[in-house]
Amino acid sequence: MSAPENLPLDLEALYRDSNVRDALEALDRELVGLVPVKTRVREIAALLLVEKLRRSVGLQAEAPPLHMSFTGNPGTGKTTVAMRMASILHGLGYVRKGHLVAVTRDDLVGQYIGHTAPKTKEVLKRAMGGVLFIDEAYYLYRPENERDYGQEAIEILLQVMENQRDDLVVIFAGYKDRMERFFSSNPGMASRVAHHVDFPDYAEEELFEIAALMLGRMQYALDESAAQALREYIALRRARPHFANARSIRNALDRARLRQANRLFERRGAALVPSDLMTIEADDIRASRVFRAGAGETR
Amino acid sequence: MMTNQGNRVTQGQFSFLPDLTDAQIVKQIEYALKRNWAVSVEYTDDPHPRNTYWEMYGNPMFDLKDPAGILMEINGCRQTFPNHYVRVMAFDSTRGWETPRMSFIVNRPKNEPGFSLERAEADGRSIRYTTRSYASGRPEGERY
Repeated sequence: MSAPENLPLDLEALYRDSNVRDALEALDRELVGLVPVKTRVREIAALLLVEKLRRSVGLQAEAPPLHMSFTGNPGTGKTTVAMRMASILHGLGYVRKGHLVAVTRDDLVGQYIGHTAPKTKEVLKRAMGGVLFIDEAYYLYRPENERDYGQEAIEILLQVMENQRDDLVVIFAGYKDRMERFFSSNPGMASRVAHHVDFPDYAEEELFEIAALMLGRMQYALDESAAQALREYIALRRARPHFANARSIRNALDRARLRQANRLFERRGAALVPSDLMTIEADDIRASRVFRAGAGETR
Repeated sequence: MMTNQGNRVTQGQFSFLPDLTDAQIVKQIEYALKRNWAVSVEYTDDPHPRNTYWEMYGNPMFDLKDPAGILMEINGCRQTFPNHYVRVMAFDSTRGWETPRMSFIVNRPKNEPGFSLERAEADGRSIRYTTRSYASGRPEGERY
């Protein structure tokens, strides 16, 4: 095949016309930190854009492998990024509809002989045209039980991942070490997953920024002493067990809202202005059990 | 006079047209999905016009966004029953409709012998008619 050698190509126009830019900018704006993840997503988007351009001039461009694996601790934003990924892929025309179907082992694996295949296929059919997000994918493979139906689900998944690459993209997610073990014991799976993205834990400062973003979205504000209290809270909470990054922060904020509402309710009758409804005070945060050493408020 | 060359069964939509290609089938399904109709695949080897209930090939498919999944089922059904009639139905669950809104054949036997018309003479000069598929004399599964 002979490609026209010196035809000027407009990558910029392609980038502008696809809605990838919006998706990438939203990724930057709405997700704090996660620099390695953003870089990888950007690289993948660039690859897809260039592939698309190559195809438009008739250069060899086979559909790039798109199945991915997202690894990281809980609450690091895997599902959120998967959702953005779906809209990026949709913007570039690599998936037709761009919806995300999030499932776990229970949705794929059946309970008796003959139950697994229809169940897995059902999920695959729902995900077609979009992205299938399999959370804690390593639970599909249970080497300790050789009669476990998970293996059957894996085989169906592999078959569809290979034969219907144009129809859906699969993203596996879970803890890093367990995902690695999962892939090493399923070489067929590992060879079909092209992109491995690792989600780092958030630093304290990033967690505080996330909290501020969340509060802004819910139309709450912290007063100065509350901001200080929240920083201390984050430092303490991070050191405790079952810390789930952004998810723990969201739960803490929900509890602070609860206490704020209760505080306002307790002194009903007193004069109240709209800013009172918005403000979270230091006491709302400091009432948390995290500040009392040894007590058991988790998650 | 033969109005229906080759005795093709003409049930449902598009049955007077040449067989739909996969791309055309996908477009029809796309139309159904856009309206949130549940699409299902059914098969039979007894295509009598009064036989409305065909066998279901799997459950009706709800919550699908894309026709690819349904095409997968259609091809699965074609593979299992290459010499049966296979149809695609789209069910509308909207209150007041609650009925199939689309139905079309996507696979037929290679050889369709057609139907015979039997006339039974009843009291007086009245006549009762019965249609019977030439294929239905044999047991299920061996008809085409």
